[in-house]
Amino acid sequence: MWQILKTIARVGIITEKTPEIEDSWRQEAEPIQQEILDILGRALTIRQVDAGSCNGCELEIHALNNPYYNIEGLGIKFVASPRHADMLLVTGPVSRHMQIALKRTYDATPAPKLVVAVGDCGCTGGIFGESYASCGKVANVLPVDIAIPGCPPPPIDLLRGILTAVRARKTP
Amino acid sequence: MHLPNLEHQYPKLPAPLPICHGHVGAAEWSEIATAVAESGGRLVSLWGSDRRWADGSMAVCAAYATTAGLFWIDQPLSPGAPSYVDIARHFPAANRMQRAAYDLLGLVAVGNPDKRPWLRHAAWPADYFPLRQNHSGKEIHPLEADNYEFVTVEGDGVHEIPVGPVHAGIIEPGHFRFSIVGEPVLRLEERLGYKHKGIEKRFVGMSIEEGLKLAGRISGDSTCAYAWAYCMAAESVTNCQIPEPAEWLRALILERERVANHLGDLGALGNDAALGFGLAQFMRLKELWLRLNGELFGHRFMMDSLCPGGVQNALDINALDRIRTQCDLIEKEVRNLKTIYDEHAGLQDRFVTLGRVTTKRAAQLGLTGMAGRASGLNIDLRRGFGWQPYDQLKFNIASHCNGDVAARALIRFEELFESLRLIREIATRLPEGPVRCKLETTQKTTHGVGWVEGWRGEVLVALEVDADGHIRRCHCHDPSWQNWPALEHAIIGDIVPDFPLINKSFNLSYSGQDL
Repeated sequence: MWQILKTIARVGIITEKTPEIEDSWRQEAEPIQQEILDILGRALTIRQVDAGSCNGCELEIHALNNPYYNIEGLGIKFVASPRHADMLLVTGPVSRHMQIALKRTYDATPAPKLVVAVGDCGCTGGIFGESYASCGKVANVLPVDIAIPGCPPPPIDLLRGILTAVRARKTP
Repeated sequence: MHLPNLEHQYPKLPAPLPICHGHVGAAEWSEIATAVAESGGRLVSLWGSDRRWADGSMAVCAAYATTAGLFWIDQPLSPGAPSYVDIARHFPAANRMQRAAYDLLGLVAVGNPDKRPWLRHAAWPADYFPLRQNHSGKEIHPLEADNYEFVTVEGDGVHEIPVGPVHAGIIEPGHFRFSIVGEPVLRLEERLGYKHKGIEKRFVGMSIEEGLKLAGRISGDSTCAYAWAYCMAAESVTNCQIPEPAEWLRALILERERVANHLGDLGALGNDAALGFGLAQFMRLKELWLRLNGELFGHRFMMDSLCPGGVQNALDINALDRIRTQCDLIEKEVRNLKTIYDEHAGLQDRFVTLGRVTTKRAAQLGLTGMAGRASGLNIDLRRGFGWQPYDQLKFNIASHCNGDVAARALIRFEELFESLRLIREIATRLPEGPVRCKLETTQKTTHGVGWVEGWRGEVLVALEVDADGHIRRCHCHDPSWQNWPALEHAIIGDIVPDFPLINKSFNLSYSGQDL
């Protein structure tokens, strides 16, 4: 326990540990954090659905939870069931074998719901395209609010995309 | 090269590791499977190829690893009724590969009672074989009813828990069917293939250069391992010898990928055993690691950093300095975290004895890579085959016998320290000179293989290119094919709530298996 506490105390708020990298990220992250809080004023819950990605996008979505991006500190939380979610964060391309599961997940999400397609494959079908086994982009299967490009999109772009989706829905 | 206990000799392919390729008849096909199994060799992969464009035949292919190297064996089959003798009796991992070869090409494994589809669910009918050359792969069929027959367990109080394909986390999709009494698991049956997106068909017709991007997106966490295996295969096809600095830089990139994944997994293992502190700390270190990747290679996961003929960019003195400094920092931090993990009673209580795969069972199932080394199988391609630059570097292969979650965690710590050491040594001894060369065109039909020890295990790419330089077949094999069945054994007798931790300790690829 002592070692754990010591490590926590030593690491402290890590933004101060590596200033030359942090500053550029922090400048981006702080306004986004404030806007999310202003717009939502509460928690945003996200259900992530991997509908056929190479798993690269998932690695960056995981990174949102690390202490640098600290997405939970922004009031955004990943939840285990679509029934608890405000937003679906979908990576693609949507394989045809995931088509039904993805639709069912969407149907199980209470309205109003947001859908954010993640990555080049989620946006356009990417290198996999459409075929006997792939539906291509997420929008071919679900109505999509925002599509975040990148292969995979870095965490800061994911944050920006999530906020843009919330804002887009607020101002119809 | 000779197969153990057999007379047959096969010609070597140009490759940094000993790899040969040969054609065999039906009798030899079975003889070789038996001989390899009896001499303690391994089945690396089994797949099919439609060669009607070349010689009018279909072919079933197997890649066996022995102490002498890799043997890629082809058996030509009649295109009218392509069938071959089942080898799953010798190598249980072949079961799913044979079923996949049927789903994609219609090759029948005679003598295998398990005729259920594997990669085919509902997206295409049973008489459509997407990898056959008469199909474009663009045919869209209506979704069919999906009635997969799971093995049922019967008895008083036995019931099933179906889980997936959408899992309760940021995880890839797959289905797990638990048969349980109370909490203990009697049987777990996996069903995968949800992520099948036709990658191998997508390769057909691409140029060697175009294929690189696709190969790097088979499994995102192993993008560098696949890129290297693919490049090695492409260089084998074109008989290209890449410059020495490129070999060293590839190893540096591969080891950086290993470290990134081990950092992430060690954090996740702590988290799944209720030590959130571990996740936060390891994810912090991983983020630092990825950021330096981004700065030096232009991509946080170093995607597309390799290219056929070498690597995209050289690293300057300043970059190498930063790499070494970061290795020192990460090592210091991880040593501290290792002490905490080692001394944390709650964590060790969950880790020790959980999800055990004994050495005997691991050998039967052909467990590979890191998970194999945690179960006493001391196999690592980086050692023993004189493969540049690993043959010039001194490092230890981590190995443990317990085969439990604790062993798989410990292996990650030890491999991480060895990789940090390797990276530092490579950064110090990196030879000077050009880092890429031009690939010559082939003008004839050729075969090539790439075989690389990725962070998860051995990645294989078998490439067939025609005289115009177009890919006719690119088979990519993920070590997860071997290790998924072992997970079914690892959980037996443990309880359902421990499954996430056991699963994480293997951390297998769905996309790499589903293709």
